[in-house]
Amino acid sequence: MRTSRKFLILTPYLWLGLFFLVPFLIVIKIALSDSVTASPPYAPTFSLDEGLAGLRASFAQLDFENFLWLAEDGIYLKAYLNSVKVAAIATLLTLMIGYPVAYAMAKAPRDWRKTLLLLVILPFWTSFLIRIYAWIGILKNEGFLNLALMKLGIIDQPLAIMHTELAVYVGIVYSYLPFMILPLYASLERIDGRLLEAAEDLGCGALAAFRQITLPLSLPGVVAGCFLVFIPAIGEFVIPDLLGGSGTLMIGKTLWLEFFSNRDWGVAAAVAIVLLTILIVPIVLFQRHQQKHQEELG
Amino acid sequence: MIRRFNMFNLTSLTFGLAFLYLPLLLVVIYSFNDSRLVTVWGGFSTKWYGIVLNNDAYLEAAWITLRIAFVSATLATVLGTLSAVVMVRAGSFPGRTLFSGMIFAPLVMPEVVTGLSLLLLFVAIGLDRGFWTITIAHATFSMCYASVVVSSRLASFDRSLEDAALDLGCTPLSAFRQVTLPVIAPAVISAWLLSFTLSLDDLVIATFTSGPGSTTLPMKLYSSVRLGVSPEINALSTMLIGIVTAGVIAASLVNRRQERRQQQDHRAATAAA
Repeated sequence: MRTSRKFLILTPYLWLGLFFLVPFLIVIKIALSDSVTASPPYAPTFSLDEGLAGLRASFAQLDFENFLWLAEDGIYLKAYLNSVKVAAIATLLTLMIGYPVAYAMAKAPRDWRKTLLLLVILPFWTSFLIRIYAWIGILKNEGFLNLALMKLGIIDQPLAIMHTELAVYVGIVYSYLPFMILPLYASLERIDGRLLEAAEDLGCGALAAFRQITLPLSLPGVVAGCFLVFIPAIGEFVIPDLLGGSGTLMIGKTLWLEFFSNRDWGVAAAVAIVLLTILIVPIVLFQRHQQKHQEELG
Repeated sequence: MIRRFNMFNLTSLTFGLAFLYLPLLLVVIYSFNDSRLVTVWGGFSTKWYGIVLNNDAYLEAAWITLRIAFVSATLATVLGTLSAVVMVRAGSFPGRTLFSGMIFAPLVMPEVVTGLSLLLLFVAIGLDRGFWTITIAHATFSMCYASVVVSSRLASFDRSLEDAALDLGCTPLSAFRQVTLPVIAPAVISAWLLSFTLSLDDLVIATFTSGPGSTTLPMKLYSSVRLGVSPEINALSTMLIGIVTAGVIAASLVNRRQERRQQQDHRAATAAA
């Protein structure tokens, strides 16, 4: 191997090894350690001060106590299940809102499409926090939504939406909508218009043509969009923290609290490991789907 | 071909765009509200902007955030471009599967896990937390995005151009610099901009990896937002929204002009031939 090639491969390889792989191994190690009141707040710490025998003794101290704790305390299981439920429902809602928008974009006059695409992406570039913050002003008890509804005489008591799971759904749908629209639009725009004309010529109604041609051909976009929303939504922290209430258990928030409030690094690391194990299935499915889709296209 | 919008499509577009823009519009409008009460209009005023611009804590946080974003985006672009070249060009080498896994995994890793794992690393190796730890953390996850952006451009690049340069006696490095890099330059610039924005926007990973004296703007914003809606945050948000909007529109205009020029060049070339 030539030196320049070696250098080319080794630079990003070592960087990712040091700042991605090694940290990941440390998380596993700390998940298996015990919490202690010290700095750093876990034991054992590996060191070569006592030689190999000391290292071996440290290894012997590792156990699954933190994981047993997660299994015993029902709150963690509830947080995991609730994260999956919230992410799944939010994904479905995003699809229902995103599909008509993506469809309309794909059907728009050609010289409009680029502008529409830019308009959909633009909010995605503005700060995530600001977008969530904007909804606090709308959803809170004396917020814009309640004010408008009361003025219109639809309700006479403010709706308590803020600090509920409903607010979390709104937040997720709003923040991740572009992730849904973009793959949907990509697959809808590729559909050959002649197929629909042919269906029409053969006496197919518009609705039937949509169901039998457009919908099946847009499925790759639907699947990709759903994964792109579902995967990050499971581990979401900011949205349940700012819009959800103390009753909204989600695992990203649990991990955060375990680490910053309870200062239990061992349990936080164990929560992280279990979260990743849950994510492996959708991630692998997503990657398979993308690969298959690429092959079909190319 | 359909030339006009039909009713159904027009309605879904209107509702969709209203849903995307109304919340931000409310923030912008009420940043000019004279009243301290955030949902009651009390007349036009720009006083909250003055208050934000005189707030040293915000300015200091903004300065740190920009510096981190600049350094981490540059690091991420270099590392991401190198990884893209490795993924698309290097062929097989020992550990390739692990490498592509490490490029892909950070894209789908929950932020809380990335933040926690990097913090645990910094504690384990005894690195003081602050500017550099946040920068390293941001560069690490941004480089994966940068690599995806550059890879897609590199994959569609006609390799025979580079082969021609090599045949004409170019060294691989200068062939890359003189032939490949100019062609993939738009992707490299997009990668830098994406990394820069990702870094500006990050709250979770920065909170895990920051230390005393390195509070970033999102961290400062987050602690204010937790206390509720306020006209100062509306003003600060409006400034940030304005900067980003101007940047994105400028980038897309430049992009469009470049495309048009390419088309013209292409037409001229075919006409000449």
